[in-house]
Amino acid sequence: MYEFDWSSIRPGLPFLWKGMKVTLYITLVAMAAGIALGTVLAILRMAKNRALAWLSAAYVNTFRSIPLVMVILWFFLLLPAVIERIFSISRQEDTRLTTALVTFSLFQAAYYAEIIRAGIQSVKSGQMGAALALGMTNGQAMRLVVLPQAFRNMAPLLLTQTIILFQDSSLVYVASLADFFGVAGIIGTRDGRQVELYLFAGAVYFVACFILSSLVKRWQNRLKGHA
Amino acid sequence: MITIRNVSKIYPNGFQALRECSTQVEKGEVIVVCGPSGSGKSTLIKCVNGLEDFQQGEILVDGTSVGDPKTNLPRLRSRVGMVFQHFELFPHMSILENLTVAQVKVLGRSQDEATERGHKLLERVGLKAQAPKHPGQLSGGQQQRVAIARALCMDPICMLFDEPTSALDPEMINEVLDVMVELAQEGMTMMCVTHEMGFARKVAHRVVFMDEGRILEDAKKDEFFGGARTDRAKLFLSKILSH
Repeated sequence: MYEFDWSSIRPGLPFLWKGMKVTLYITLVAMAAGIALGTVLAILRMAKNRALAWLSAAYVNTFRSIPLVMVILWFFLLLPAVIERIFSISRQEDTRLTTALVTFSLFQAAYYAEIIRAGIQSVKSGQMGAALALGMTNGQAMRLVVLPQAFRNMAPLLLTQTIILFQDSSLVYVASLADFFGVAGIIGTRDGRQVELYLFAGAVYFVACFILSSLVKRWQNRLKGHA
Repeated sequence: MITIRNVSKIYPNGFQALRECSTQVEKGEVIVVCGPSGSGKSTLIKCVNGLEDFQQGEILVDGTSVGDPKTNLPRLRSRVGMVFQHFELFPHMSILENLTVAQVKVLGRSQDEATERGHKLLERVGLKAQAPKHPGQLSGGQQQRVAIARALCMDPICMLFDEPTSALDPEMINEVLDVMVELAQEGMTMMCVTHEMGFARKVAHRVVFMDEGRILEDAKKDEFFGGARTDRAKLFLSKILSH
């Protein structure tokens, strides 16, 4: 019978916390950039200009049809070379975190875009008409009237997607980036206690996501109550 | 003020919503547009401020051509008030914000000036106490009065009403009509799509009757109610007046 030994965790906590900060950093940056880019994609997707709408649809469908781990690998192999050429950064510098941020932002944008598009479509078309009738430009009507309602309607779904992003960020381990999951692996390998460390990491992910999901569910019910 | 000349609208699927419609609204005039549902009256009134496009003909509002691609439509719309069947207040804003947002963002008024104007018009429609509330907390009749106040905040040169009482419970219709009657009596230029014949009798100068995208009658109020020319209009009148 396997004997559990949890003694590696306590001294490893500062290192694990450092990893957690990387995880949170990737999650928050990718959420902000992903929602911003996703909003642009969603608006382009509904544009009257066929070419723009097609480009947006192609972007969204491509990213949604490829496993995330593959996108990460491609980007980690290709992007550093591109970044070096564009910004002329020397090869010694560590571009892994930047690459991770770019990858996750671009990938998540495809998912956020679909949620935001549904959000925009959930706003009655009469709202756009009323905003235009008051003399607002298309941009003003979108910014002041349609998008605030779209985001309010879709806030629970956007948060749910962010919880998924929080979990998926662990995939940066394939690029040996020391996020929370990566650090757990490093300590586990060093002390020969991988089972304990991965169980611990899993428990942390579970608790964090479970609490957030419960909050989202409660919020969703409250929104439904108001509607 | 509003001139509509030979306007036709054809949807891409071939359905013709408007067939060579022509009429005009003089400054200070109130016209009522009526007709069975699907007759094109809402489409016609939405063409006036460019919310719907049209393929043939011409619409002039205060001398500006609505269909001209060079026309600054937002600017034109900011001078034409519109009230919708389903009110279309912005649910994420307070009543006061509903009244001030376009004043500030479109007309460039200061927040203070817009707020003062908003309060004044809320008082005028009898809803001063509702300013901090949200649209969802108001009755349908109250919401429609706010919608009228919102349009009036922009100091419009004319007002378009698209079935303003059709979505209201019967006991709330009059509070909205009262505001509209007052507005008409003050000399506001108004184009109203409505089935409220009592309102038409009271304040309309002319009545336009539409069916299947055509304007079948365009007559002075007394002539229209005294004896409609077409059978279609007679039938329509007998149906809605028999109740």
